[in-house]
Amino acid sequence: MRFFGENLSCVRGERLVFSRLEFAVDPGTALVLTGSNGSGKTSLLRVMAGLTRPTIGQLSWDDGPVNDDPERHHNRLHYVGHLDALKPVLSVRENLETWARLHGGTDKKIALALKKLRLKGFENIPGRYLSAGQRRRLSLARLAASDAPLWLLDEPTIALDAASVDAVRALIAEHRAEGGMAVIATNVDLGIVDTTSLNLLDFAAAEEDIWEGVT
Amino acid sequence: MNALVLILRREMRLALRQIGDSAIIVLFFVLAAVLFPFGVGPEPNMLARMAPGVVWVTALLAAMLSFDRLFTPDFEDGSLEQLALGPAPLEMVALAKAAAHWLTTGLPLMIAAPLIAVLYRLPEAGYGALMTTMALGTPTISLIGTVGAALTLGSRRGGVLLSLLVIPLIVPVLIFGAAAIDAAIGGFPVHQHLMLMGGFLLGALVLTPLATAAALRQALE
Repeated sequence: MRFFGENLSCVRGERLVFSRLEFAVDPGTALVLTGSNGSGKTSLLRVMAGLTRPTIGQLSWDDGPVNDDPERHHNRLHYVGHLDALKPVLSVRENLETWARLHGGTDKKIALALKKLRLKGFENIPGRYLSAGQRRRLSLARLAASDAPLWLLDEPTIALDAASVDAVRALIAEHRAEGGMAVIATNVDLGIVDTTSLNLLDFAAAEEDIWEGVT
Repeated sequence: MNALVLILRREMRLALRQIGDSAIIVLFFVLAAVLFPFGVGPEPNMLARMAPGVVWVTALLAAMLSFDRLFTPDFEDGSLEQLALGPAPLEMVALAKAAAHWLTTGLPLMIAAPLIAVLYRLPEAGYGALMTTMALGTPTISLIGTVGAALTLGSRRGGVLLSLLVIPLIVPVLIFGAAAIDAAIGGFPVHQHLMLMGGFLLGALVLTPLATAAALRQALE
């Protein structure tokens, strides 16, 4: 099992965000994306998730292009982005259930996920009463509520207190110990050990470069 | 298929928690229809003549109000991203959304329609055709509305643009819907109108999920 991208370039709003980017993630490893604001961390994560198509280049999973079967790719990943996908009128448990069930999560896993993200006791509170940190935790609880080998996390610890950051760190460590892969875009040091790092600024290219790859 | 049921259940749950949204659409439908007699006068024969057209036009206008709630909240809070990343293809998501829209908007409008027909003293012969055309027409409207809603997603002042896009596509439903009721009242056969409306529905059922999914992918890029 290996997830990798070759010669990736991405244009957003007529601006070349990154070009000729290569990456590879193996089971049990974590790839940390760094780079200043606007360097394309989120764009790369969205490309990896299949939400955005790379302008050039290809994503592959075990030598098979991801584009051949996008639904299969979606099934093996969890994406936690800036938006938390929570409904104010649904309770904490209902919000989590919506997404977990879609990915085959069971009642047991959902309860366990709530516990891991320290949301136990808040199950029946409507989404609109949650604080920013609680919303973030509920969003991250999706990771534990159903199985997927690949986690794509965009600044996962924003708005979290120290204890919750520890919980997220433990969650990622557990996922990696079970052979999962994680790609984490962040500008703060999460204290995750043994990671590969990829600086997006290394792939910021001059504007004229991109069209050479297009034939 | 399982995903379709799960998405539909989510939509219904959300709609029931925000039941006011659906109630307002039906209320608008009734209020708009009630206004006509004030403008044109309460002459019973004229109102009975107008009934099929008024019911259909006001139902369309009421439905227009509901379309911008179809995808916008999900788009803004990131739920649409998660739906797109779900195990179901976006075409199936689009179909589930249209089905949920019909259950929460089309069906209530259909149930309220005979009430307005009574107010307008629609002749008895017209009720069968009214309900049949509503049953065939409102799902078509929901399906076409999802395309419009998906296309205008993320655009400012999308509501006006949405009406401009959707109304021309819905006009055939209006024409044949009202004509079928007129024909039934006059004692003419209605089946050709109904068959055409059934044709629109089947066509929309096949084509609109494809168009909606394409538009959603564009919006998510």
